[in-house]
Amino acid sequence: MSAPVAEEGGVLRGRVWKFGHDVDTDVMAPWGVIARPFEERRGHVLKIRPEFAAEVAPGDLIVAGRNWGCGSSREQAPENLALLGVAAVVAESFGRIYFRNAIAQAFPNVACPGIWEATEDGDELELDLATATVSNRRTGAVLVGQPYTSEMLSIIESGGLLEVLRQKVAAGELGDGEPSVPGTPVPPPTSPRSTP
Amino acid sequence: MTMAEQVLARTSGRRAVAAGEFVTASADVLMCHEALTMCGSQLRRVGISRLAHPDRVHVVLDHFFPAPTAANARDHTRARDLVERYGITNFHGHAGICHQVLVERGAVAPGRLVLGTDSHSTTYGALGAAGAGIGVTEMTYVLATGELWFQVPPTVRVELTGTGGPGLMAKDLVLAIGGRHGTDVAQYAAIEYHGPRAAAMSIAGRMTMANMGAELGAKFAMFPADGVTAAYLAGRGAAAEPFGPQPGASYNRTITLDTTDLEPQVARPHNPGNVAGISAVAGTAVHQAFLGSCTNARLEDLAVAAEILRGRRVHPRVRLLVTPASQQVFLDAVHAGHVAVLAEAGAHITASGCGACPGGHQGLLGPGERCISSTNRNFLGRMGSQEAEVYLGSPAVVAAAAVAGELVDPRELWTGTTL
Repeated sequence: MSAPVAEEGGVLRGRVWKFGHDVDTDVMAPWGVIARPFEERRGHVLKIRPEFAAEVAPGDLIVAGRNWGCGSSREQAPENLALLGVAAVVAESFGRIYFRNAIAQAFPNVACPGIWEATEDGDELELDLATATVSNRRTGAVLVGQPYTSEMLSIIESGGLLEVLRQKVAAGELGDGEPSVPGTPVPPPTSPRSTP
Repeated sequence: MTMAEQVLARTSGRRAVAAGEFVTASADVLMCHEALTMCGSQLRRVGISRLAHPDRVHVVLDHFFPAPTAANARDHTRARDLVERYGITNFHGHAGICHQVLVERGAVAPGRLVLGTDSHSTTYGALGAAGAGIGVTEMTYVLATGELWFQVPPTVRVELTGTGGPGLMAKDLVLAIGGRHGTDVAQYAAIEYHGPRAAAMSIAGRMTMANMGAELGAKFAMFPADGVTAAYLAGRGAAAEPFGPQPGASYNRTITLDTTDLEPQVARPHNPGNVAGISAVAGTAVHQAFLGSCTNARLEDLAVAAEILRGRRVHPRVRLLVTPASQQVFLDAVHAGHVAVLAEAGAHITASGCGACPGGHQGLLGPGERCISSTNRNFLGRMGSQEAEVYLGSPAVVAAAAVAGELVDPRELWTGTTL
């Protein structure tokens, strides 16, 4: 998916769903339903908060503790969150493969030490992706996290790694004349993309 | 430069790199399992039908073998078709778990950059290679271009010292590191394992510790390539040059683990970092004991289980499942007599593959059940029901629990050591 990087002005605003530390990819994308179409697996995403999948609204944000997305290389972990409409995740730190998978899918994730203590469930946050600046509208607190490098931001602004590939094909750098279909929607996976 | 820095300097065509730098690196070896089918779909969608280096790609179909569903069988067919279409010459079929197969077949050599569609691709660090797990979209990109971006990681140096006590295996060491220092101790970083216990460790033990580098957050988890490495690679067709850090290499942190008084370790539900000594959990009843996975199902692991189970019976409440890491491991275990010992004790031997570890098939857990497992992750719902519990331990801990019907100090049944 090519999630919009940010709203007008480069700032995301949303309501917070707060999670704890060491939330793993298995609970974001349980293996037992991983091969099913998204509509059948959406109810199984992050069941550690049973109401989350049903009540999360497009544009909502997730705030999490240390090591969000630890575990498997399965791409459905960030993909499920993006497909549920989560606009971005702000966490103390991330599992590294999850973090890279999210960049490859153009789904914004920002490391921001201190965010977990400073945020309560249901808070309204503003997130400026370019500067990794997070503002809490309830408390007025402003935290500055670790901004994406220009290289990472470039992949996200391109719409993800597949779009980067598509551009290389269009520029004649790759490929073999097979027609590419710009903007073809990414269909839901029919088998596990990648695994433990 | 550290080992990670040397690998990323060479593969990005630079004389030197330092932690924090951004590089585009050319991968030496690519490993795909069933995820190849998703890569194939993505490549077709963007209009690419040729791989940059099909000779660098290795394919092993291990996660859903033997196919538990018709859809999985269809995916295997699609994968075989793609192997043919792309001209991938290194197709290993269903020879076992991907990491074990690549290592035992000499596909990985010291100092190589190896990327795989599996988080436990860190396993290749046992041979001094830089192995990292990536997702499908990144694999699609590197299949098409041969390259991928990296931020050069800082390195955590882990010194393994002390004597190898009875009952200890490499698994206990890596669990102890995660328990004491956290499962994010090497987040975004590389690990180098050094010290006398690392130097004395077999390739099997090194594979266990490199494998669970993933559970320490690591990008790579590497052992220097030494005489042990050369002896292992001799006759496997891989170059076996020595490889290690350069003098003056800079580390961001050094951790020491002294094994002298270490007791066997267990990770309790539902996180690999929730570690305790076996004495703290002894007496906990189990319903399933699983000896399998890329972490711990090699010949040495089956040998330890056979030593413990020889002349004993699996407890009537427990099912002991043994899933050898590869067909070669299975065959070697047959020839060594381990398979007969295990089967006589009541163990069930399954086909090689990932099996029950990720919760796919061949031994899932029902609600209220508890499993002691030689695998790498015990996340909530990992091996089946979200109301089941998974404890992680060494093959010795698994085999001893299978006999006792509950977690027990393996030293009560086994006085050997693999350290």
